Amino acid sequence: MLKDPLARIVGKKSWGDYFLLTLESSRISAQAQPGQFIMVRVNAHLSPLLRRPLSIHSKNERIIEIFFQITGLGTELLSQHNPGDTLDILGPLGRGFEAGERLKDKNVAVVGGGRGIAPLYFLSKELDSLRASVRVFYGGKSQADLPLKEKFDEMNIDMTCSTDDGSFGFKGFVSDLFKAELEKFTPLHIFACGPEAMMKKISGIAQEKNIPAEFSLESIMGCGFGACWGCVRRIKRGDKEKWVKICEDGPVFSGDDIIWEEEDA
Amino acid sequence: MTDLSVDLGFIKLKNPVLAASGTFGYGLEFEPFIDLNRLGGFVVKGLYYSSREGNPPPRLVETSSGLINAIGLPGIGVERFSEEILPRLQKYSTAIIVNVCGESEEEYASVVEFLDKREGISAYELNISCPNVKQDGLCPALSPEATFSVVRLVKKTTSRPVITKLSPNVTDVVEIALSAQEAGTDALSLVNTFLAMAVDTETRKPKLANIYGGLSGPAIKPIVLRMVYQVAGQVKVPVIGVGGILTGRDALEFLIAGAKAVEVGTANFIDPESTVKIIDELKEYCQNKGVERIETLIGTLKT
Repeated sequence: MLKDPLARIVGKKSWGDYFLLTLESSRISAQAQPGQFIMVRVNAHLSPLLRRPLSIHSKNERIIEIFFQITGLGTELLSQHNPGDTLDILGPLGRGFEAGERLKDKNVAVVGGGRGIAPLYFLSKELDSLRASVRVFYGGKSQADLPLKEKFDEMNIDMTCSTDDGSFGFKGFVSDLFKAELEKFTPLHIFACGPEAMMKKISGIAQEKNIPAEFSLESIMGCGFGACWGCVRRIKRGDKEKWVKICEDGPVFSGDDIIWEEEDA
Repeated sequence: MTDLSVDLGFIKLKNPVLAASGTFGYGLEFEPFIDLNRLGGFVVKGLYYSSREGNPPPRLVETSSGLINAIGLPGIGVERFSEEILPRLQKYSTAIIVNVCGESEEEYASVVEFLDKREGISAYELNISCPNVKQDGLCPALSPEATFSVVRLVKKTTSRPVITKLSPNVTDVVEIALSAQEAGTDALSLVNTFLAMAVDTETRKPKLANIYGGLSGPAIKPIVLRMVYQVAGQVKVPVIGVGGILTGRDALEFLIAGAKAVEVGTANFIDPESTVKIIDELKEYCQNKGVERIETLIGTLKT
């Protein structure tokens, strides 16, 4: 974990309110693991006050990428930066996905909903390099919410898409698509990131089929490195339940440990 | 050579910059970012006698130039702190101050009684002012009598120096400060967070699970500065200013207004290097202004 106050933006792409920024930060890149995140200061002013946590979307020797959707003031200000600008970032932070040798030559499923696809590109590349047989399921409200489809296609990863409105691929939720596909193949492991309700469904499906699953959770964070205790989540550890820090103990947790939130009435 | 040291009477700090409790973990969280030896000191996260879970989330909400938290003082308790954390802090030559909490006066006393047997603690900071642990933000620092009583009991229990951290959520903070002084506190830290709330207009629900939280950050700095100025003019014990300090200039405002030292809080989240940057900025200011000893600036507000 380290601080890079001058990570230079060397690339920017956008699709509607989705953005991809490429940052030059060789030291953070060297340490980054799939599922880890960085804390980004979106400007040098006092508002917004806090950094924003963003998953590491991909990396190579020199660079890391972040992929995000505008969801508020922080991401809006972040989206206004351009190549040549520098960003003050901390990272890599947190515990990522457990994509180890045991998955070599095995079937693995990766499920992303909306902007939750962000950390799954890095993960899929890693799984691919381990020669796991990866199938990615990517869902969004509409075709415009699947901006990264081509990027996965270029990597020759098997991807199946869904849209809530049926404008592209399977019509319905990605969890429904995934459930249907599980009739045809059996992954050894499931990785997922997306809205709470989607992950909760995937977790239910995984438990039903007795397949281990990992989920990357999202939270407001004060610091990102364990000092403020602001980003806690209820987790089962053995017979006990406790609050753990998403930034430090996560953001990736086993589906067996997560206590899912009740849907709002 | 600029002398940044300040003498609080019971302890001499190498510089006036402390990290504030609740924003600095147990200190170790900041090892990757800064050399802890550079600090005047740091105040570790509030400790109750036993471990505590804290409040349910959401625990944080960002506001204009501010942060409302309702963390609720989760912590590992005195035993684990003494076994797992304190030994790892011994190697640092900086003031280590333990923030002490209690559900009752007796708990404050039992925390210091336990910790008194351990080496490596420079002082206690009595957290009698956290707004997030009882309903409606109740805490001893809201009443001069309750403040007097708990400070007196802790002072009787320990021979270590005691700093009493006051609440801003009172009509007259000077009255509470005098009460703590009368009870024998060695110093005062002003202030804990301001009782606050925020509403989600889409759901019409509070943005914090606890409804109320404590506001910190640059938004509160001018009010805290006023309180420090008022109190420093009325008490004999040293006053430590804490509230929204982000830069060396912010820290200087507090020193000039009468604070002998400052605590840096929310800034640690935004930039984990804040404390050392502030120390560098203080030094630079002194050099530029020909100030040889920073202590000579304290309480020099020209009115």
